Amino acid sequence: MFAKAKNQRLTLAILAVVAVIAAALLAMSALKDQAAYFYTPSDMAKDHVEPGRAFRLGGMVTKGSLRRQPDGVTIRFEVSDGAASVPVRYTGVTPALFREGSGVVADGRLDTSGTFIADQILAKHDERYMPPQIAGAMHKTESLKK
Amino acid sequence: MIAEAGLAVLWIGAALCVLQLALSVASLRAPVPAASIDTGPALWTPSTKQADEIAALNRLIRPVAVAQAVATGIAFALLITLFVQVDLSVLLVAENDHSAKPLLYRFAGTWGNHEGSMLMWVAILAVAGAAVALLERRLAERTLIATLGGQATIGLGFYAFLLFASNPFARLDPAPLDGQGLNPLLQDPGLAFHPPTLYLGYVGLSVAFSFAIGALVTRDVGPAFARAMRPWVLGAWIFLTLGITAGSYWAYYELGWGGWWFWDPVENASLMPWLAATALLHSVTVLATRDGLRAWTVMLAVVAFSMSMIGTFLVRSGVLTSVHAFAVDPKRGMFLLALLALYIGGALALFALRVGTVREGSRFDLVSREGALVVNNLLLSVILGIVLVGTLYPLIAESLTGAKLSVGPPYFNATAGPIALGMMIILAAGPLMRWRREDGVRLLRKLVAPGAVALVTGIAVKIAAPTIAILPLLGLAFAAGVGVASVMPLFGRNLLRTPLFTWGMVIAHLGIAVSLAGMASERAFTKETLVAAAIGETVHVGPYAVTLANVEPGFGPNWTSLDATLRIVRGNEDSFELKPQARAYWAPPTETSETAIATVLDGQLYTVLGRQAENGRWQLRLWWKPLVTLIWAGGALVAFGGVLTLLGRIRREGRAARRQRSGFWG
Repeated sequence: MFAKAKNQRLTLAILAVVAVIAAALLAMSALKDQAAYFYTPSDMAKDHVEPGRAFRLGGMVTKGSLRRQPDGVTIRFEVSDGAASVPVRYTGVTPALFREGSGVVADGRLDTSGTFIADQILAKHDERYMPPQIAGAMHKTESLKK
Repeated sequence: MIAEAGLAVLWIGAALCVLQLALSVASLRAPVPAASIDTGPALWTPSTKQADEIAALNRLIRPVAVAQAVATGIAFALLITLFVQVDLSVLLVAENDHSAKPLLYRFAGTWGNHEGSMLMWVAILAVAGAAVALLERRLAERTLIATLGGQATIGLGFYAFLLFASNPFARLDPAPLDGQGLNPLLQDPGLAFHPPTLYLGYVGLSVAFSFAIGALVTRDVGPAFARAMRPWVLGAWIFLTLGITAGSYWAYYELGWGGWWFWDPVENASLMPWLAATALLHSVTVLATRDGLRAWTVMLAVVAFSMSMIGTFLVRSGVLTSVHAFAVDPKRGMFLLALLALYIGGALALFALRVGTVREGSRFDLVSREGALVVNNLLLSVILGIVLVGTLYPLIAESLTGAKLSVGPPYFNATAGPIALGMMIILAAGPLMRWRREDGVRLLRKLVAPGAVALVTGIAVKIAAPTIAILPLLGLAFAAGVGVASVMPLFGRNLLRTPLFTWGMVIAHLGIAVSLAGMASERAFTKETLVAAAIGETVHVGPYAVTLANVEPGFGPNWTSLDATLRIVRGNEDSFELKPQARAYWAPPTETSETAIATVLDGQLYTVLGRQAENGRWQLRLWWKPLVTLIWAGGALVAFGGVLTLLGRIRREGRAARRQRSGFWG
């Protein structure tokens, strides 16, 4: 079998190429689903997001929209980016800097009624930090209003 | 005074680095008898005046490398002194230190910021170079000189970065009354050890990179080169493994989210060099043992350190927003990016120029241990590519189209998960195969036992937990199968006479199985309870009954807190207490939740105190995570296997070197 060294080298090369192509296809198909992982409320109004798909929602907590539920651990609020808004329900401990009028990023999915069910509200590390995607989205809506 | 002295010795270190590079180039440019290239110093008979000059250069380069490490090490020690003394007239200290911080965090705060961590990076780079100069005796002299030159070339760029764009010793006038403090999330014992460990791994790979460059320059790629390089790769890989494991545990207990891996770009930045180093570790073995995969091994050495540099760039340039991103100055990001392009581009160009001169090694069959290692390398590279694409895609997309994207965990889990599971089959089969050629039937017969164990485990789990998802189910089944297969190389051997490096391989592979079992179990069986509990109320999570006994205020050196006392009972066992805490730091003002975790044999109870709800109730978030500890125990086993292998290799190589020497002289 050692005599067929060329064949073996060819087999290895083909194997490598197949692996790389398969990986690229896998990555591309997953990216196609996930590239739009981050949504602002305006994005959601523009593109339809089917219920149940995991994505990340970012925007500002609308002033006066925060409602605490009687169980003590569930809150409801609205996330807006100035142009559109989405109702959100979250069961869990809110991060320190979560408050009305400040930026928020949440991981979760839509239910059938169009409410965003957040599994996780991402912590901001300090007062100054605003997720770049939101900063961009806010900037966009600011310029739309003008 | 200390700050000025620090800057001065840092300049001295940089100057010695330039000298080291110059010596290396001078020595390599000189014509040398052709025989010495392949046979090393022992057979080299210097006869001409020129050869004497080269010998003089070569004698000088080792002390220079050591002196450079000493100078830069002193600079780093002086910066630590400034931080411990809280010298607020130094800008960096004023921005990141605080007099109320405990000693440990004043000390560890030295590398909890951009400039300090870059100085640590360079100091470790210099020490790694010095270690090569002092310890490396097997490598051909010329290749060693070229390697030290490569190390100096890397050093040069990062010295320039420190001295011109990130001076850690810059003064601040007038000095403020107190410092701005350190991000409280970083004020944790984990921080004191996690970054240095990871950096030892990152920068340790620079040695592999320099070896590859050295061997390409002197056309010395072969088994001897691979045997010399292997311990360095192994050492760096052990530190990377420990660093990632510790980082994962830190994120798990410090963030209070109950997760252990978030596919955060910063985590990926540490995973990518590890994947490349793991592949390199396996291919260097093929090169050392069987003289195969020459070009591929050199390529991987270049890729591994490139991943370290990309990691440094991602984490330190400020392109990512996270706890780890300190630099916000875009100039620094561009500087790092330029260095990155220069080194990776240069190394790849050298590779392209010289790869033609790398002779092909010996051949092997596809079904053989080499074949399995090649497939392992392919799969690791594919995972590496997937993680790299997922990490960089948002950055590239943003710079090209301005679109702000984010690639989340679903992408990584959907792509890397199945491939990692596929790799488990190779991991189980590889060590059971013979070098060069393996009989397929014999192999299949050997795989019957692990396969049966995996199947039985899978069926048993499916019966016990019918709702389990497919990936965790496969994970548990594969973990059982791989666990059995990984110890099979020990069967039929005299355990006392089994070499340490075989033990190392077995234990490292077993560690992977253990870790996989932990991941699958955590994913499948975690129980979570989230309630607002009144004082005296009892809640249930998994097998535990948790009573909120009370909540009272507390304080520490630079924070105040609310401390909950939880009384916990499991079945008929004695009750115990856990005290999760919600902390408020005042410099800088930040809130953190300090989790309280009870570790028992079959898992962990993880408790977090939330905020106060209405009617005097308190939010409690409780998790029961069966077997979660196996994740990090497995990581530690993998690293321990690495240590055993390293010891075994050093012992065997030392013995071989002694035998060779006595044979030569005798």
